[in-house]
Amino acid sequence: MKRVGVFVCHCGINIAGTVDVERVVEVLREDPRIAYATNYIYMCSDPGQDMVADAIREQELDAVVIAACSPTLHETTFRNVSATAGINPYMCEIANIREQCSWVHTDVDRATDKAIRIIRSIVEKVHGNEALEPIPVPVTRRAMVIGGGVGGIQAALDIANAGLEVILVEREPSIGGHMAQLSETFPTLDCSQCILTPKMVEVSKHPNVRLMTYSEVEDVSGYVGNFHVRIRRHAPSVNWSTCTGCGDCMEKCPSKVPSEFDRGLTERGAIYVPFPQAVPNKPVIDRDACIYYRTGKCRLCEKVCQIGAIVFDQRDEIVEEDVGAIIVATGYDTLPCADLGEYGSGEVPDVIDGLAFERLLSASGPTTGKVRRPSDGKTPKEVVFVQCAGSRDPERYKAYCSKICCMYTAKHALLYKHRVHDGQPYIFYIDVRTGGKGYEEFYHRTEEEEGVVYLRGKVSKIFRDGDKSVVWGTDTLTGRNIEIRADLVVLATAIVSQPGVQDLVRKLKIQVDKDGFLSEAHPKLRPVESITTGFYLAGCAQGPKDIPETVAQASGAASKVIGLLANDEMQHDPTVAYVDEDLCGACRICISVCPYDAREFDEEKGVATVNEALCEGCGACVAACGCGATQQRNLTDGQIREMISASLGEA
Amino acid sequence: MFEPRIVCFLCKWCTSAGADLAGTSRLEYAPNGVNIRFMCSSRVDPEHVIWAFRQGADGVLIGGCHPGDCHYQDGNYRTQARIALLRNLIEDFGIDPERLRLEWISAAEGSRFAEVMDEFTEQLREKGPLTLAVRESSR
Repeated sequence: MKRVGVFVCHCGINIAGTVDVERVVEVLREDPRIAYATNYIYMCSDPGQDMVADAIREQELDAVVIAACSPTLHETTFRNVSATAGINPYMCEIANIREQCSWVHTDVDRATDKAIRIIRSIVEKVHGNEALEPIPVPVTRRAMVIGGGVGGIQAALDIANAGLEVILVEREPSIGGHMAQLSETFPTLDCSQCILTPKMVEVSKHPNVRLMTYSEVEDVSGYVGNFHVRIRRHAPSVNWSTCTGCGDCMEKCPSKVPSEFDRGLTERGAIYVPFPQAVPNKPVIDRDACIYYRTGKCRLCEKVCQIGAIVFDQRDEIVEEDVGAIIVATGYDTLPCADLGEYGSGEVPDVIDGLAFERLLSASGPTTGKVRRPSDGKTPKEVVFVQCAGSRDPERYKAYCSKICCMYTAKHALLYKHRVHDGQPYIFYIDVRTGGKGYEEFYHRTEEEEGVVYLRGKVSKIFRDGDKSVVWGTDTLTGRNIEIRADLVVLATAIVSQPGVQDLVRKLKIQVDKDGFLSEAHPKLRPVESITTGFYLAGCAQGPKDIPETVAQASGAASKVIGLLANDEMQHDPTVAYVDEDLCGACRICISVCPYDAREFDEEKGVATVNEALCEGCGACVAACGCGATQQRNLTDGQIREMISASLGEA
Repeated sequence: MFEPRIVCFLCKWCTSAGADLAGTSRLEYAPNGVNIRFMCSSRVDPEHVIWAFRQGADGVLIGGCHPGDCHYQDGNYRTQARIALLRNLIEDFGIDPERLRLEWISAAEGSRFAEVMDEFTEQLREKGPLTLAVRESSR
C-alpha cells in the first residue's frame, strides 16, 4: 500500500472558519489508508510548499493529497512541489474543500464531515494512481492560416516574423478581405486601403510566407502538431508565373457580370482581378461568366495576351502540406438585403447595405468617392441610415448585436456630410453602443458637430415611391410616427458567419456556436483557441468585431501558435484512455463514440487501440466499453468505485 | 431530520466549475453531496451510479455542460442517452428514478448549482432513505 500524506490548508479562515481543520487531521491520522496528515495556515505559501516537500522526503511518502482550494488554482503548484521532492507529479491530487465545501456551508460539524469525505475520496483516487509521464508528441514547426483578410494577414506576418514558415490560404483571387473594400476606418478616419495594402504586399513578399490565393482547404487530417492538409488551388486559367498583370485581357473581355468587390455597383469581366491593388495582381477567369467556357467561342483574352499566359485547359491542383497549427480567420459576411422583406427585399434600387456605401465613399470606388445613388447617379440630399437591420431581432433575424454598426453608421453619416455639405443624414437606432477607445467621442462629434439627426426607434417599412425611397419608422422618444422620403437608404445589415463555414468546420472538426461563429475554448480565458487543440481563431469568424480587435486577436492567435511551435516536441496530458487487450471484445463501440478519432482498430491483433496523442481524456469510450477493456489512466473504474465508497463511508 | 447522502459526478469544464463559482460567490447550500470530478459527464458509467446506490447513496446527481456546449463536442448527449436508459433500469431494480438526477449546469451558473443541491436534498429528505436488499445482504 502506498504511503499517502494529506496536507490540510486553513487558507487563513477561508477554510478553517467553517471546517474544523484540527479535527479533520485528527480523524485522518486514525485512517489506516493515510500514513501522514498535517495542517497549515497557507499551504500554497513558500513555507507551506516546503512543508509538503520536506514531509514527502522525511515521511517517505509515495503520494500526497492537498486539501485546499479548487484544483484549477494550485494543482500545478503542488504537482511541481511533488516533482521537486522526488515523487511523480501524478501522485499528487487536490481535494477541493474550499470552493466546494467551506465557502458554501455554515454548519461547522456538517462542513467538517463533508471535508473528511471529500479528502477520503481523493485519498482513494491517489492510491490507485500510477506514475505517468507527459506524452511527447513531435511537432511540425510550420503553420497554416485560413483566410487572407486583415486578421489572417496579421497572424501570418507575426508567425513569419518569428522565423516560422506559414501557408496563407485565401479562397478569393486576392488577399485583403472586407477591409480592402472599406473607405475610411473609424474613429481615426484612416484610409482603409492605405493602411492595409502595405501589409498585403509585406505578407506576399515575406520569405517565410507561402501565399496561396484562389485556394481552399480540401481536408485536414492528423492532430495538434501534426496536421496533414490538402489544399485545392483553383485553376485561374492563367499562367501566373508568366502573366505580367498588364490588364489587356481584362479590357477586352466582352462578358460583364456584377463586381463582388464593388457590391454590384459596377461590372467586371469574366477575366478579372477583384480590385486594382489586388495581391497577387494576376487575373483569374470566372468560368461561370466566361463566354468561351459557356459557348466554346470567344478566346479574345487569349488573342490579346502577348505572352500567351491564358491556359483554358488548366486544372485545379491539389497541394499537400504538413503543418503543426492552424489559424482560422475566415471572416464574415453580411445578411443579404434580400432577406429583409420589410426593407424592400433588396429590390428597391436606392436601398443599399453598408459595404456598398463604403464603395461609394471610397476614393478608389466606382464614383471615386462622390456619393451618388445607384438608381440614377444623382447626389442624394436626404439619406436614412438604418441600424440593427437584422441584428438584435431574435424573433425574425439574429438575436446578437453586430457590434460594429453603431460606429460605422456614425462614420458613414459623417463622411456623407463631408462629401455632401447640404445633405441631411438621419440615423435610426435602438441604442448607440460605442465601447472602444475614442469611439464615444467620435459618436458625439457626428451628432453635435455634423448635424446628424439620431432617431431612436426601429424602421418598420421601406418602399419605393417615384424616385424616392420612403422610410416609415417611429421615434420612440417623442412617440411620433415618422415618414422620411429619402434619396438613399443605407442598411447596417447584420454581420453573419461565412456561408461556407459549416463545410469548413466539418473538415477541420472544430465547433461553431448557434449562430455559426467559431467557438472559442473558453469565452474569457482562452478566447483565441478553438476547443479542438491545435486550432486558433482570429477575427469575425469567431464573432462580430472591429479591425483593432481582429488584429489583436490575430496577434494573440499567432503568439499561441509561436508558443506551440517553439519546440520540436509538445507535451500531452497522459491521463488518456488505454486498452486491456485481453479483455477487448472487438465491438468497436469505442471507435464510434470518440469525438477525436483517437480510437483505432488494430486489424492484425483484432483489438481496439488508443492514439495517445489524439486522446483528450474525456472518458466517453471508457464508459461506452461493454467489457471493461478500455480504462482511463488515473481514473479507472476501480478507482471511481473506491472514491464513491469513500465519499459515502463514515466520516 | 433525515439527511440524505448524495454522490455528484460533475464534469470538470461546466458543472464542477459552476460549483466552484457557487463557492467564490459564497452561495450557501445543503452539504449533503460530495462531488467527484470527471473530465466529462460521458465518463459516468451506469455502473458507477448503481455502485453509488449500493454503497449507501440516497441520490446521485450527474452534472454536465448544456447541450451544444460540451467541451468534448457531444459527450453530454451520450450521457443524456445513457442516463435516460439507466433511469428506466433502476426503476426495475426498485429504485425511484427521481433519485438519479441529470442537470446541465454551466460554469457561469453557480446559483443554479446551489439551487439544484438544495432542491435535490429536500426532495430526497421527503423520499426518505433508500433501502436496498443488496446492501443488507452485502453486510
